Amino acid sequence: MFTQILAPVDLAHIDRLGRALDVAADLARHYGIPVCYAAVTTPQPGTVAHSPEEFDAKLQAFAADQAERHGHKATAKTVISHDPSVDLDHALREARQEVGADLVVMASHLPNVGDYVWPSHGGKLALHAHASIFLVRDHED
Amino acid sequence: MTDDPTPEGIPAPEGAADLIDTDYAIGQDNIEGQVGPFGFDIHNPVFMISGLSIMAFVFYALALPEQAEAVFGWLRPALTSTFDWFFLGAANIFVVFCLVLIVLPVGSVRLGGRDAKPDYSYIGWFAMLFAAGMGIGLMFFGVLEPVYHMAISEPLGVPSPIAEDGSIIPENVEAAKRMGLAATIYHWGLHPWAIYAVVALALALFTYNKGLPLTIRSAFYPLLGERVWGWWGHIIDTLAVFATLFGLATSLGFGAQQANAGLEHVFGIPVNISVQVFLITAITAVALISVLRGLDGGVKVLSEINMGVAALLLVFVLLAGPTLTILNDFVAGIVAYGKDLPALSNPIGREDTGYMQGWTSFYWAWWISWSPFVGMFIARVSRGRTVREFIICVLLIPSLVCVLWMAVFGGTAIDQVLSNPDASSVKAQVIDSYNPPMSLFAMLEGLPLSAITSVIGIVLVIVFFVTSSDSGSLVIDTITAGGKIDAPGPQRVFWCTFEGAVAIVLLIGGGLGALQAMVISTGLPFTVVLLAMCFAIFRGLQSER
Repeated sequence: MFTQILAPVDLAHIDRLGRALDVAADLARHYGIPVCYAAVTTPQPGTVAHSPEEFDAKLQAFAADQAERHGHKATAKTVISHDPSVDLDHALREARQEVGADLVVMASHLPNVGDYVWPSHGGKLALHAHASIFLVRDHED
Repeated sequence: MTDDPTPEGIPAPEGAADLIDTDYAIGQDNIEGQVGPFGFDIHNPVFMISGLSIMAFVFYALALPEQAEAVFGWLRPALTSTFDWFFLGAANIFVVFCLVLIVLPVGSVRLGGRDAKPDYSYIGWFAMLFAAGMGIGLMFFGVLEPVYHMAISEPLGVPSPIAEDGSIIPENVEAAKRMGLAATIYHWGLHPWAIYAVVALALALFTYNKGLPLTIRSAFYPLLGERVWGWWGHIIDTLAVFATLFGLATSLGFGAQQANAGLEHVFGIPVNISVQVFLITAITAVALISVLRGLDGGVKVLSEINMGVAALLLVFVLLAGPTLTILNDFVAGIVAYGKDLPALSNPIGREDTGYMQGWTSFYWAWWISWSPFVGMFIARVSRGRTVREFIICVLLIPSLVCVLWMAVFGGTAIDQVLSNPDASSVKAQVIDSYNPPMSLFAMLEGLPLSAITSVIGIVLVIVFFVTSSDSGSLVIDTITAGGKIDAPGPQRVFWCTFEGAVAIVLLIGGGLGALQAMVISTGLPFTVVLLAMCFAIFRGLQSER
């Protein structure tokens, strides 16, 4: 059915991604395919790491931890963006293409009126990416 | 599922060695939340104090305009005449400091660590630092200053070639021409770019090599230690936001007046508040689109377009103007600048106080108050360069471009004034009456196709304002987000809009001049800040070796 999952993650807010990470792991085990955990960082120091290299090391460790917990194969993909507040969607699209993922599993907030001005990242990805996108809400009404 | 995103035992990156060991985590003092549907992530003391004090000052300027005008009207000349020696002396130190860094072994330190690769190509990098740094100034002062210094301000006592009755005094012409260019190049060459380079280098070094947040306070870590994350740091960052926002708002207000003058000249559009408010709104709207398209998709693209169009105008004036004279002026300007630099930059015992205090001291205070904004923006786009490469490109190349610009625009204007004074619009607008906004258009009027080139001039002026406004909004957003680059987009929309709103309110209510004087007054404390930065840079670079 699928050959590769991409799971975009925000290392600064891992606590908000619980369901999406579980769904990605379940699907990976179900289809026997690997998950690539992708995250976007800046050249400047940020909340998670002092440099892109340190960020990448943390993402690799995170992916290894997920693989050990859930028993699936996992890799990590760090994307460096000069302006992630704006370029995140584009960075994720490129990451999906580079990784060759045909299924993206990512967390997304409940829709609200703000999405008319700033659409959700998951929504933008679903609009443009030539792949299946599985958006996982943290909770449902 | 782990709740700990920062597992133990991860080695420090090899590229960015010698990180500063601090317990401070970037964003730890930030407040995250929602205003309606929009998210925010702000450094609360800095964001709130900056926003509220800006509103308080605007309110003061509107409520008590005469008092504000009197206080700040006194403050500006008082500062630039009392502390002229300090501004001139400090600027000399910055130039010497930068030149020394080029030749010292620490010049080989790479910003971002040994293995870092530059984020931007030379063209994109150069276009951005130039457009943010002084593009708009060149449009307005490129004609005005060389002519004014040649004919009126008499730097170093070089006499004017224009007699009181308007006739030309032939024996004064050559020396005055050379001095007009040299005195202008002095204000746009090594010194301002050294000021920017010091701030930018301090921020880039402490951000990329030491792992501290991209915000002004980080450069003070060697001096203040952990105290930099407390109120000392809040004050430094707030002062930077203050100077940047008021600097941008007052420039936007004055710029709208100047663009309006150009529109009247070309299209006969009347000069009034409504047109100027419309211009500010339009500039802010385009700047909003630019910041929402981001650094690569908006700011960089606009900067490159601007540089391309400015280069075309430069080539046109070079070819349509007196080409040989201009090329001669270019060489003569550099020679005169080199020769007169020691005398022009001498901070004490000067007799040409009109030039020294009225122009040089004012410029230095202005460049210094502008430096947190431009320096931080340059730092943001300069990762991957060595210190030597950084200084050469930020100090020497822009200086050379400025010399060329002044030689082409100023040289052409001076030629128009001296070769046919009675028919010269430049003489009428700069010497006979002091009308700065018109100086560029007056010079273009003396060349072919002036209807087209004047329109290009207006467009360039407006787009240069957009590139200052969008990069300024990014800088303020980063400082008020505690150095976080990935703060939610609505915040930069807030700052960009706020900046336009402040400009409009002050334009309508009066008070632009008072607030510009206040911006300049921030130049004094920032001069001390910049001197401290030189020490911090040196300490920081030493530990990189």
